[in-house]
Amino acid sequence: MMLLAGERLSIAFGGVHAVEDVSLAVAEGELVGLIGPNGAGKTTLLRLLTGILAPDSGRVLFEGRDITRMPIHRRAQLGFALTHQIVRPFRDMTLAENVMMAAAGGVTARPWRALAKVDARGARERAMALLARLGIDDAADKLARNVPLGYLKRMQAARALALEPRLLLLDEPLAGLNAAEATRFADLIVELNAGGITILLVEHNLGEVTRIARRLLVLHNGSLLAEGEPRAVMARQDVRDAYLGEEAHA
Amino acid sequence: MDYYLSVATFAALNVILAIGLNLISGFCGQVSLGHAAFYGLGAYAAALASVAGVPFPLAILGGVLVAGVFGIVVGFAALRVREDFLAIVTMGVGFLFLGAVRKQPWLGAEMGIAKIPSPLDKWGYAALAIGAAVALVLLSLHVRRSWMGRAFGAVAQDEDAARTIGIDVAGYKIAAFFIGTAAAGLAGGIYAHMTQLIIPDTFNFIQSITILAMVVIGGIGSTYGVVAGAILLTLMPELFRFINDYKLLVYGALLLLVMRFSPGGLAGMIQRAFGVRLA
Repeated sequence: MMLLAGERLSIAFGGVHAVEDVSLAVAEGELVGLIGPNGAGKTTLLRLLTGILAPDSGRVLFEGRDITRMPIHRRAQLGFALTHQIVRPFRDMTLAENVMMAAAGGVTARPWRALAKVDARGARERAMALLARLGIDDAADKLARNVPLGYLKRMQAARALALEPRLLLLDEPLAGLNAAEATRFADLIVELNAGGITILLVEHNLGEVTRIARRLLVLHNGSLLAEGEPRAVMARQDVRDAYLGEEAHA
Repeated sequence: MDYYLSVATFAALNVILAIGLNLISGFCGQVSLGHAAFYGLGAYAAALASVAGVPFPLAILGGVLVAGVFGIVVGFAALRVREDFLAIVTMGVGFLFLGAVRKQPWLGAEMGIAKIPSPLDKWGYAALAIGAAVALVLLSLHVRRSWMGRAFGAVAQDEDAARTIGIDVAGYKIAAFFIGTAAAGLAGGIYAHMTQLIIPDTFNFIQSITILAMVVIGGIGSTYGVVAGAILLTLMPELFRFINDYKLLVYGALLLLVMRFSPGGLAGMIQRAFGVRLA
């Protein structure tokens, strides 16, 4: 069974079809890249999958279960994690506290249960282990507002991992990183995938995404243009045209 | 002696009101400019119950529940609107409450409710109010240390990010409104029985702003700071009588000064001066 599936998803904003009749599926254990020129509808599609936007028509399925109308926090509790394109840390918390909020999962799910529980040692231990795994434990007790972007990107990944997700949706995780940092982060994504987490990756860095993804989806003008093995997809004329068209207009 | 006793009782009631608002605005980040309405709801509900012959403890409990239930309703509004819009909605709730009470004969309209039975003496009310204030301070300190407090912090700082890590943002907002407004209802119930007379004007916009001023001047988010702010602002009009006539002006100026020069309020000043962070 597919872990995540979008069935005939469509949404329009004021008559503009941002995403039109897109179907996609991600199997358990896959590492899939979603690419497309600017304005192709990648972020909108991701928002439909994560529940930030509700589709005009179509369904989103998680393990065959219809979650189209399920609130975001419930999806997160199911094991559906995402990172934002623009980092969204809790700025007045330390990096460790940021990750602890996600590591506490079961405790914070219900307000009244959260009121009864004070002990944070377990969550702190798990958070520190994740920060160490991402190589940022040296800044664990610094406030998020005081650390550089590279750290926040990794903290955000640690926070998503703290949910023990089965599916990780990454929205341009490499944006804003330099080439060395991007390669290191891409390697980490491969490692996480090898560890059993299914990953759907929206990315502009074509070099890295074709290197690490085992399957590519290409979105163009709100529709799915191509799908398949990365090198084969990138060799297709219509895909090249879609990107070159963008270059020509740029 | 009686005078000091009544000042102490009012200080305790103000601590209850301010701690409640701090839970909503300081911990959970939801602005409310209508806190006095819940003070009033508690007062009117408890007074009506008492006049109808309901025993004192149950009347007080009734006030707490009525205020808390209306708080939940406003909490639902906080799911739809944010920040400045929420400020306007809560302000509207305050005016709606006043407008409704003023026109209802069964609520005494402009004359309010008089001859509310009073089962305690001055010492009794002082003990009750101070006991309740201490209990609320302890609850507030506990909330802050608990996972509920941490989740409130996450909701206050970035509710979209909070959602993506599985935090039930709606549930937490409603919980904050319930606890905070129920506390105001408790203060209202005690107030109504102590004074034996309540009129709509006691629960007006100026009262809401006064409570907000206590929270902000004390240090929004800091329990001890808010207690200090509530006591200070209770004593100030007593020490300087003229302040009573210019309450809104003085509090408005104080609010402005604090927000400009020490957004952390008294608690923030202490943190800067001594390097200790007040809970």
